[in-house]
Amino acid sequence: MIVRIMGEGQYRIDDADRDNLNELDNAAVAAAEGGDETAFLQSFAALVEHVREVGTPLGDDELEGSDVLIPPADITFAEAQHEFTGEGLIPD
Amino acid sequence: MPGMSGRFSTVIKAKINRLLDKAEDPGETLDYSYQAQLQNLQNVKKGIADVVTAKKRLQMQAEKLEQNVVKLDTQARQALSAGKEDLARMALERKTIAQTELQSLDTQISELESQQQKLTDSEQRLRQKVEAFRTKKEVIKAQYNAAEAQVRISEAATGVGEEMADVGLAMQRAMDKTEQMRARAGAVEELEAAGTFDDITQLGPGEDDIDRQLRELGQSGQVEDELARMKAELGSGGSAPQGELGEGKAGA
Repeated sequence: MIVRIMGEGQYRIDDADRDNLNELDNAAVAAAEGGDETAFLQSFAALVEHVREVGTPLGDDELEGSDVLIPPADITFAEAQHEFTGEGLIPD
Repeated sequence: MPGMSGRFSTVIKAKINRLLDKAEDPGETLDYSYQAQLQNLQNVKKGIADVVTAKKRLQMQAEKLEQNVVKLDTQARQALSAGKEDLARMALERKTIAQTELQSLDTQISELESQQQKLTDSEQRLRQKVEAFRTKKEVIKAQYNAAEAQVRISEAATGVGEEMADVGLAMQRAMDKTEQMRARAGAVEELEAAGTFDDITQLGPGEDDIDRQLRELGQSGQVEDELARMKAELGSGGSAPQGELGEGKAGA
């Protein structure tokens, strides 16, 4: 599957890794919703780091839509919270 | 996609898809997407130029503030030499404020620097994808009939479209930051205009708003320390002639 870290680029990741990604993603969201900034920053960094570690960057000439989209690595806690309460990073 | 339940990803993917759906032109020709992509690249370039402009403005302010720090320091020495301790204290207080403001400006300048770098990287990525799309489009057109080509090109366009949405987000964030700093830059200019004086002898005896604010900021400790240091220096170096008190442009 193809994973994009916004503002950074796309990575190709083995489909078998899906559960790991889901878990990391949901942990970050739960922390954002729970208002726990430290936990959010930690779990979100873990998610981004995981993608970079297990993924292979897509070539410049590969034109693929992503299966998974992850917010920018430098997303702030406020932005992350806003993502679930308001318009978020990308307004509707 | 089936099985992907990550909520961050789900929320963002849904939004990107809506964005892409909106951008889709039903009468899209094979060449239309490419034109739209080139247009998008132009917009990103404009965005980068905006960030650079905002950064330059802050850099100019920082230069002015640095000059003010030197000037206020000189004025404080001159006032002290002339035995006008109150004036010296006032100048030092303003110098402290200018220094604090300078630090904050430096932080903002590096923040804009980093936004500029991110946008430049994004533009570079998008440029490569757009170029890949152009090449692919020609190959597809040569190999397939019109209907099949339309489908394949539209698939490739989706990949570029997502890249454009990504750059769009980077632009949005950079613009938000730039806007915040523009507003702040305006406020600093006001402070800067009010915070120094061309001729120290023209200062009246009373405190103005800025002086009161300075005191409220509780920076008098630092100011008193500096005043004492300056006194000691002047004491050992002999006092300046009274006649030099004035413009404060020549430097001490």
